[in-house]
Amino acid sequence: MKYLDEFRDPQLAKGLLEEIKRAVTGPWVIMEICGGQTHSIMRYGIDQLLPPEITLVHGPGCPVCVTPLETIDRALAIAARPDVIFTSFGDMLRVPGSSDDLFRVKSRGGDVRMVYSPLEAVKMARENPDREVVFLAVGFETTAPGNAMAIKQAAAEGLTNFSEIVSHVLVPPAMEAILSSPACRVQGFLAAGHVCTIMGWDEYEPIAAKYRVPIVPTGFEPVDILEGILKTVQLLENGQPGVENQYLRVVSAEGNPAARAVVDEIYTVCDRKWRGIGMIPGSGLMIRDEMAAFDAEKKFKVEGIVTEEPEICISGEILQGLKKPHECPAFGKECTPTSPLGATMVSSEGACAAYHKYSRKGLL
Amino acid sequence: MTDRPDFQKMSCPLPLMDHDSIQLAHGAGGLLSADLIDKLIMPRFASPELEMLEDQAVLTLPPGRVAFSTDTFVVSPIFFPGGDIGDLAINGTVNDVAMSGADVSALSVGFVLEEGLPMADFHRILCSMETAAARAGVRIVTGDTKVVGKGSCDGIFINTSGLGVIPEGLNLSAASMAPGDAVILSGTLADHGMAVMTVREGLSFQSTVSSDTAALNGLIKTILAAGPGTRTLRDPTRGGAATTLNEFAKASKVGIKLDEGALSVRPDVAGACEILGIDPLYVANEGKLIAIVPAAEKEAVLAAMRGHEYGQEAAIIGEVVADHPGLVAMKTTFGAERIVDMPVGEQLPRIC
Repeated sequence: MKYLDEFRDPQLAKGLLEEIKRAVTGPWVIMEICGGQTHSIMRYGIDQLLPPEITLVHGPGCPVCVTPLETIDRALAIAARPDVIFTSFGDMLRVPGSSDDLFRVKSRGGDVRMVYSPLEAVKMARENPDREVVFLAVGFETTAPGNAMAIKQAAAEGLTNFSEIVSHVLVPPAMEAILSSPACRVQGFLAAGHVCTIMGWDEYEPIAAKYRVPIVPTGFEPVDILEGILKTVQLLENGQPGVENQYLRVVSAEGNPAARAVVDEIYTVCDRKWRGIGMIPGSGLMIRDEMAAFDAEKKFKVEGIVTEEPEICISGEILQGLKKPHECPAFGKECTPTSPLGATMVSSEGACAAYHKYSRKGLL
Repeated sequence: MTDRPDFQKMSCPLPLMDHDSIQLAHGAGGLLSADLIDKLIMPRFASPELEMLEDQAVLTLPPGRVAFSTDTFVVSPIFFPGGDIGDLAINGTVNDVAMSGADVSALSVGFVLEEGLPMADFHRILCSMETAAARAGVRIVTGDTKVVGKGSCDGIFINTSGLGVIPEGLNLSAASMAPGDAVILSGTLADHGMAVMTVREGLSFQSTVSSDTAALNGLIKTILAAGPGTRTLRDPTRGGAATTLNEFAKASKVGIKLDEGALSVRPDVAGACEILGIDPLYVANEGKLIAIVPAAEKEAVLAAMRGHEYGQEAAIIGEVVADHPGLVAMKTTFGAERIVDMPVGEQLPRIC
């Protein structure tokens, strides 16, 4: 497949690995931000092929993982209402709240539907004027434009029966939270390619300058990731903090201004809780006051539902790159994908789930 | 088979019926039921046993052990590229029985029809079942039809059961695998699952992916003739090849080592999997099988499979090993090694 096969080419990968080995004196700790990158690394076994001087740690970039328990509990309360058609991306359906998940609400008669685009939910609202259609809008900057567009479209059509539960999160404040932690061991970042597609890479220059780290916007295929690692290693070895773009075929400095404009029109920056990490100031998006009619949490008055995170798992430390999944005593024992204890095991993109799926240490 | 019918030329005109959709009375046992059976069902499923119209089929089987299997088909949508719920119901049960090495001889068919199902849809399904049964060389010997109220089922559900006699001396078992055995896959992965997924409501991209639904009893005869020492056969349906291989590894307490480079996925199927974030190793197939064959017979079996219409793209995809018993591992195209785990549940499209 064009634009895929060449980025999975074992010969190209071999060449990049050789270059990395020649370039590295290390040791270096590099964090890949996005869960999709973690997934690729584990799926292709890239971590096994890198020289020992390089340690990859896995970042907070799994939107399913970091959606706070509270948001899920509020979503479950709304989804159980008989007047509601509740819509969501597929992988949120299995994520457990305090005592339930959307699949179970569906099995008890809740009208829960998987959609591939938030605009499908708008279409359902149009076709079901006597029902309330609610969309669970989670994700990073990548999914925000589509989710904002759904509200824009509903407003333009005068639909009053469409609303969103918004739990969007932003990458740069999370990177700053990690870098400013006294325990931080991350020395360079592979930034999330798709987030940068929307936002552009220039928003990372202040972070790179402030914390003196290399940041390399990187794609998701194995050759992308190896090239991203090579660039990061070269910047580290040369003592050159700054942003260097690996994902040239998709990412530009300014990103996608039209997409950002829609996001700004509908959403505004807010403080946001991250599952497993806690509150990060200025790290989320919420619906603007003038669009409050589309805010499902206000519409269905679920803001009173407040859930504390259980303190039984170390996902917060994993999301910040402080620990690896198999360093957790519960990993693969009390905590598995069928009965996850915390954020990083709940989604297939989470670091613990990726380790569990591809490389339970000691089993191979 | 020398007198094989030309399936392409089979015509299947819808008989004139008093109703253009299924009514509750079609399942009530009266005149309308008789009309449905006589005009629509019997012409498609004619067999000496069925024509007796008794409460049961009476079969005379050759001596030997009998393989017996049942499966219920609830696929949505009922029509999808490459097939429909009808041929799926025939092929699925033929395959389940045939994986034992049995000579599949007879099937039962039970319909649950939803009130309001268009008569033309039911007829189209019956026609594809007739064609599938003829292709597989099996008879439908007994059946049942129920009609349920609107909303009580999704158009049509079909149960099929099948049986066949296992040849003397043949004893295929997932527990009989040994290190050194070859793992052979009969073709490409994930065709059926992605064909269904891409036409489900809500997924609006254009796709050319087509189901692989097929009866594999002919291919199995070919395999067993070329490889009489074959350990076991299974069709990787729900849960895909990864699930079947994990079941094998656990049953025989051996490890399985796959070679990622040997797996093949059609480009359009791979594209659909990429868009949805789904791993083809976990997606259902309905016309593929995995054969575990002793090393000494692997080349002969592979050559025989490639000579059969349903095994042209067969490949040796891995090996049974003594290491990591109960686990399936895969050598990636990059030379690393990773686990191929059991899936947790249904694969869900990822957010981004």
